[in-house]
Amino acid sequence: MITLYDYELSGNCYKLRLLMGMLGIEWKTVPVDFYPGREHKSDWFLKINPLGQLPVIDDDGLILRDAQAILVYLASKYDASGSWYPRDNPALLGEISQWLAFADGITGTASAARLHDALFYDFDVEAARAGAHRLFRILDEHLWFGEQEGRSWICSAAQPTIADIACFPYIMLSEEGGIPRQDYPAIRRWCDRVKRIKGFSVMSGVFPAGPAKAA
Amino acid sequence: MSIAALCSDRVLLNDWHVIADLTNLSAHEPFQTRLLGVDLTVYCRGRYNKEVVRNDTGALVNATKRYGFLWACLGKPERDIVFVPEAEEEDRYLLTGGSIAVKVSGLRTVENFLDMGHFPFVHTGWLGEEPHTEVAPYKVELTAADELVATECKFYQPVASPTAKEGFVVDYIYKVIRPYTVALYKSNPVQKERLDVITLFVQPVDEENCVAHPFLCYLKDGSDEAGIRNFMQLIFAQDKPILENQLPRRLPLDPRAETPIRADAVAVLYRRWLRDKSVTYGAIPARM
Repeated sequence: MITLYDYELSGNCYKLRLLMGMLGIEWKTVPVDFYPGREHKSDWFLKINPLGQLPVIDDDGLILRDAQAILVYLASKYDASGSWYPRDNPALLGEISQWLAFADGITGTASAARLHDALFYDFDVEAARAGAHRLFRILDEHLWFGEQEGRSWICSAAQPTIADIACFPYIMLSEEGGIPRQDYPAIRRWCDRVKRIKGFSVMSGVFPAGPAKAA
Repeated sequence: MSIAALCSDRVLLNDWHVIADLTNLSAHEPFQTRLLGVDLTVYCRGRYNKEVVRNDTGALVNATKRYGFLWACLGKPERDIVFVPEAEEEDRYLLTGGSIAVKVSGLRTVENFLDMGHFPFVHTGWLGEEPHTEVAPYKVELTAADELVATECKFYQPVASPTAKEGFVVDYIYKVIRPYTVALYKSNPVQKERLDVITLFVQPVDEENCVAHPFLCYLKDGSDEAGIRNFMQLIFAQDKPILENQLPRRLPLDPRAETPIRADAVAVLYRRWLRDKSVTYGAIPARM
């Protein structure tokens, strides 16, 4: 069974819980005392991940770090439909990788602002917020044009991909870092679509969507 | 940060407040915080290896360490730090639960902590779930020690604590100890006759911002520290967005300002108790 080294309030850990829930994978959790215990910098954890970062999974002895990398692995191995990470579609894989990197940019900005505001991290919060708004503007436009073409998800596919999962958590949690989403209506509509994917689960700070309006 | 009004409530100025979890302080970097509108810098230096300095005047502030936290008093301490008897019991973990900043008055945070009515809706699947939404009548009284105590609180909880394996009706006792300090006693799922204790020390950062510093005294039996902290933060982070969307951000003390129901009995008494103590900081005072 998969073991997830987990911290409840981490959006990067939540990405994996989210996808595993949607894929119907069972896993067990090892809670890591990230805050205030800084257990991710402890000797035992650094042996698992020398970068001292969460999340990490252990799947039958295969140890993997980095949320985006683990999403690739989980979807490749456990998604029988092949839609979350379509290995036979090079163009789509390129798109997915592009947005996985974008998700890292969201972590570096929106997540940093949240850590500053809630957990006292010594970051330049104004720079983090400005960076997040820049990314949100780009994504909002991308989603808006997509909607005009009948596309519901970040990548050019009829189904959601791991790019949607990778971008979702720190966008949803952005208000905790003082980054409101009023000005990003296409992002807000996309968030509701993600919340309505079968198997969706919440984390603290993320609330479920109501049922969709009948078309 | 918002422009901070200064505090003139003696009961708050002359009391001790938590300003940091000691594990968050670094020997190399000074730590910046704010208490009752006053910007403070914490240095790991001096005779006790912790100095708290007011940024406005450069004056040293009374500071001391207890329960894993750094405490400060801006005025003259008129009474000691709240005593937590359970912290003397050897079969408990004594843990700082993870200090979290919240953009709302600390009084709102205390009041939310006292509320059972929101459990099924905000802590769905953990501290409550539909259709078990009714808050049964409970008792509230002011004790001789001038604390507010709510007893006979009962609530069905699917996952009441880090070690709970099944849902059960949990017994709660709430105690408001100081204007910004509240404690919760709840049945331990392993030793059901004993109580786990969470004391929430709320730091009034300014009138519309606070830091919640939970102090956890949990029975060790069947639990571990990471799991206990994880559970506390999971629950508190569910409250955080709700608290940050409460308007006004300060707590209205006028009885006509908001409409309570029977389940809010303890909140009604809390507001009255604050009025009687002339606490205005973080509140919207009652109209005369």
